[in-house]
Amino acid sequence: MIEGPGTGWLTLLQKELLRFWKVSFQTIAAPVLTALLYLLIFSHVLESRVAVFDGRVAYTAFLVPGLVMMSVLQNAFANASSSLIQSKITGNLIFVLLPPLSPLDMYAAYVLGAMVRGLVVGAGVFIVTLLLVPGSLTIAHPLFALAFAVLGSAILGTLGVIAGISADKFDELAAFQNFLIMPLTFLSGVFYSIHSLPPFWQALSHFNPFFYMIDGFRYGFFGLSDVAPFYSLALVAAAAIILAATALLMLARGWKLRH
Amino acid sequence: MSASAVEAIGVERRFGSVQALAGVTLEVAQGEFFGLLGPNGAGKTTLISILAGLVRADRGSVKVLGHDVATDYRAARRSLGVVPQELVFDPFFSVRETLRIQSGYFGLRHNDEWIDELLHHLDLTAKANANMRSLSGGMKRRVLVGQALVHKPPVIVLDEPTAGVDVELRQSLWSFIRKLNRDGHTIILTTHYLEEAEALCGRIAMMKAGRIVALDSTQNLLSRFAGVTVRVSAARIPVTWAAKLLRREGNVHYLGLDSYADLEQLLAAFRVEHIAIDELALAETDLEQVFLRIMSGTETTDDAPPLVTVPEAP
Repeated sequence: MIEGPGTGWLTLLQKELLRFWKVSFQTIAAPVLTALLYLLIFSHVLESRVAVFDGRVAYTAFLVPGLVMMSVLQNAFANASSSLIQSKITGNLIFVLLPPLSPLDMYAAYVLGAMVRGLVVGAGVFIVTLLLVPGSLTIAHPLFALAFAVLGSAILGTLGVIAGISADKFDELAAFQNFLIMPLTFLSGVFYSIHSLPPFWQALSHFNPFFYMIDGFRYGFFGLSDVAPFYSLALVAAAAIILAATALLMLARGWKLRH
Repeated sequence: MSASAVEAIGVERRFGSVQALAGVTLEVAQGEFFGLLGPNGAGKTTLISILAGLVRADRGSVKVLGHDVATDYRAARRSLGVVPQELVFDPFFSVRETLRIQSGYFGLRHNDEWIDELLHHLDLTAKANANMRSLSGGMKRRVLVGQALVHKPPVIVLDEPTAGVDVELRQSLWSFIRKLNRDGHTIILTTHYLEEAEALCGRIAMMKAGRIVALDSTQNLLSRFAGVTVRVSAARIPVTWAAKLLRREGNVHYLGLDSYADLEQLLAAFRVEHIAIDELALAETDLEQVFLRIMSGTETTDDAPPLVTVPEAP
């Protein structure tokens, strides 16, 4: 037996990765296909009708980063939340609660697992779209794109942890997903530039944290954005820190996990 | 002096309006085979959950090998192996993966030698690579035992470990647990099979309504309540003997007598009151009789406080 520092949380991370990898058809292939369907349908219908960034970017090209980021966000959320709720409902969360894992160990493992799933699906969507619509995309600032993808997946992974801990039943988690995550994603500018919206909706979009993730990520590709990218980056980083602190507090208190 | 395996002082816990634990004080020495008995709802599982860090005490402290379960939880949990009561498993993994992962959670890698030994003792070697979903209930239970032992904990807690395990496997499971106890592991057991507790445990605590109502060596408990239990099938029992009634199931009455000498008077009372006896049987005191007497409240330890002295380790 070899006892190593960090083995505990690394094992939990490994378990989280194995969990989705063993059902990768459902957890990776399916969301990639969904994103592709969006791309095919929306680009076919809207390519010649929607102008984005004053016509400086083709609609299909505009759509690709949005879909990639949407896949990153949704899958990061799904991974952490479904893992936790399944373990809670089947009762096997006890295997994680009995060992000497600290709140930070648990947080790091669940969120990193969620980030990997989100980023793998996002990369899958990106690669397949490159094959389907070759030459449509440039990457102006790859580090920006990467930073937003990493922070966005961390935020949604953390939201997944919070939702997974809070929910007692699958339908409570579904409500969280359908009434919060989905509307915020769809209204964040995945499919359109908020400049095409009426002023009221444009102003409202600025209160949607997801908008900054998508807009900043898109800046990484085109060097164009609705708001200044550093402003988005600061906002997104702040959101990540606040949510991480919330999730860590929940884990440290043992809320809904340790009675 | 080395620390006690488990030390609980004044542990209280309330769930809503239910006082699950109402001040439990308990000490288990290293190397003991200790039984925790009581009816459903007595607070056994709550006590074990607090010990394992799954539930927090409202008041009082619990230590495992001197490590407080709240403030020094890493050391406490590393010292403890718990077999939970619920039959839980992770359907994504095989038996070996399950044990490897559990080992990793405790910070141990390359633990396959011990995992192989566990698989052998738990009669799971042939199922090592089978998915958890495909196992029978008894096999899943044994994997739970394996998961609790994977980090070789000095203190092992088994919460109803033999429920759903057939007789033959129960025997092999017990001989394995006995071996662990001989090797120096402290065993704390809750079980509904009182004959198991009587055969295995050196000392027993009985719980009722969140309190410990008896705590003594198994031998002392048996001799303290030495006596005869009479099982009588009759429409009723003589009114003068109502105080001796331990339990009633329809027409069947269980009466606790101090000795065989009382039997004659009992039968005389039946005659005097003209009560027909359909059937009558006698039983020597075993743990079940002791349990029934304590739980029915005919014998309480209020006047004779439970022994909380720590016996010599075997």
